Amino acid sequence: MALKIVVTVKRVEDPESKIRVKPDGSGIVTDGVNYKMNPFDEIAVEEGLRLKEAHGGEVVVVSIGGEKSATEIRAALAMGADRGVLVRHDGPLDPVVVSAILVKVVELEKPDLILLGKQSIDDDQNQAGQYLAARLGLPQGTFASKTESLESEAEQKKVPGLKLAADGKRLEVVREIDGGVETLDLPLPAVVTCDLRLNKPRFASLPGIMKAKKKELKELQAATLGADLTPRVVVKKYLEPPARKGGLKVADVEELWKKLHEEAKVV
Amino acid sequence: MSNVLIIAEAFKGQVRRASLHAIGAGQQLAKRSGGALHVVLLGKGIAEAGKSLAATGATVHVADAEGLAAPLAETHAPVVVALAKSLGATYLGAAATAYGKDLTPRAAALLDAAMATEVTAFAGEGAAVLFRRPMWAGNVLADVELGTAVKAFTIRPTEYPQATAGAAGEVKAVAAEVPAPKTRYVSFQEVKSERPELTEARVVVAGGRGTKGDFKPLEALADALGGALGASRAAVDAGWAPNDWQVGQTGKVVAPDLYVAAGISGAIQHVAGMKGSKVIVAINKDPEAPIFQIADYGLVGDLFKVLPELLAKVKAGH
Repeated sequence: MALKIVVTVKRVEDPESKIRVKPDGSGIVTDGVNYKMNPFDEIAVEEGLRLKEAHGGEVVVVSIGGEKSATEIRAALAMGADRGVLVRHDGPLDPVVVSAILVKVVELEKPDLILLGKQSIDDDQNQAGQYLAARLGLPQGTFASKTESLESEAEQKKVPGLKLAADGKRLEVVREIDGGVETLDLPLPAVVTCDLRLNKPRFASLPGIMKAKKKELKELQAATLGADLTPRVVVKKYLEPPARKGGLKVADVEELWKKLHEEAKVV
Repeated sequence: MSNVLIIAEAFKGQVRRASLHAIGAGQQLAKRSGGALHVVLLGKGIAEAGKSLAATGATVHVADAEGLAAPLAETHAPVVVALAKSLGATYLGAAATAYGKDLTPRAAALLDAAMATEVTAFAGEGAAVLFRRPMWAGNVLADVELGTAVKAFTIRPTEYPQATAGAAGEVKAVAAEVPAPKTRYVSFQEVKSERPELTEARVVVAGGRGTKGDFKPLEALADALGGALGASRAAVDAGWAPNDWQVGQTGKVVAPDLYVAAGISGAIQHVAGMKGSKVIVAINKDPEAPIFQIADYGLVGDLFKVLPELLAKVKAGH
């Protein structure tokens, strides 16, 4: 019954940072930018931990990137994951390359479940999970969520949002999609990508952080895995988005109404 | 010649409006590449919806089968892939809806295609199409080259016009071989609403942390204006609003005539989803809230006082 779960984490610019384009359009300004785990991946890690706590098993955290990506793996280990795998790759990461590498990791680890964030907040592609599922021929449950509030009793008790069947072989996924709520039942192994409100990720405790330092963190070299590492999504130029002019304040509802009704004529 | 295949989407037997924008994008691409425009619609009981798309001038392929009734990427992707191969499609596109974002990358992977998500414009010169798309929550736009023979994309519906009418295109039935899915489709619970769809509404009234979970004044104003309701990530996280109300880079992108942000601070993530609105009104107790920087009209005040007063004006003004 024990589940072996692979969770992917990506090192990204802190979403609170102000991201600016370099004047020559060759990239973004990284001076003074902080880095952290992609917020959707934190949700994936939390969900993996809850499933393990409810049903037993192992949570393996995988990241792809330079040596600094070890920081994000350690952060997941501090939350309670069991061990980490860092696939070293200093080249550009696009969903085609990422999924090619993850296919190799999945072949090595043979998990029952692969959890990813639905998208990373740097390139905002929302593709890696779907590519991975397609390449492995596995069923996919994208944008997994739950309908209960994050203030609910189940959430307080850290009940997993993903429901494992009694036989441990199938997983129920709830997705809030356009126009309603869909429930899918996926046989394992499966790929699930995590959306907001699947759970509220825990903070690492001090003992958790201490323990994380002693947990196994294995390094693999992407170049030796046999995956095609040729970038297929290549940014030719970065641009500043057109700025929106605003900033006018009105004194009261009377003035607001006049502006909307007589000036903008939108009501 | 580069043929274009657009995946349209049917919901309850009707084509979603977002798909008309995707076909509009397909028309641009077909014109630029000199290829033919094809549209595929998958589902069950969608023959009439398929016929309605022929007015766009595209060749419409209707895959109407029991096995496609559930909108599963696992079953829809192989049908799209087989069709794309038989048409020699160079471009595979869809609208960036929940269905489009679930299905298109799966189909792209099976076609060895790279993909660009939430494309806002086709840039570049001639046949060398670059896909312009937002990154970092819309802080940055990037012109992206896809280095694969087949190129896949989803478009942001607010950035493309709906398809224009053309000489009626041909409607063809797809003899789809639908594989039995591993996924069991358990249920779909429709969230019934009298309000317009968020992405299609002329007016959107959105709430954030400042609502403290009480959306009633927002609902009343939205209903008086025939608008839809939206929410910030904070409100969705708290469980005050469903995920499909979330406006932002990771949620819905909207561009209504009027966007009322009530009790929303204006995190960049949220702004990315609504800054294309024609008129933005911000109501917030905090005069320093970043939302005021992009709002056309900002009112510092308590939304529980301001919204009912505004509602009274709306009712009196009509």
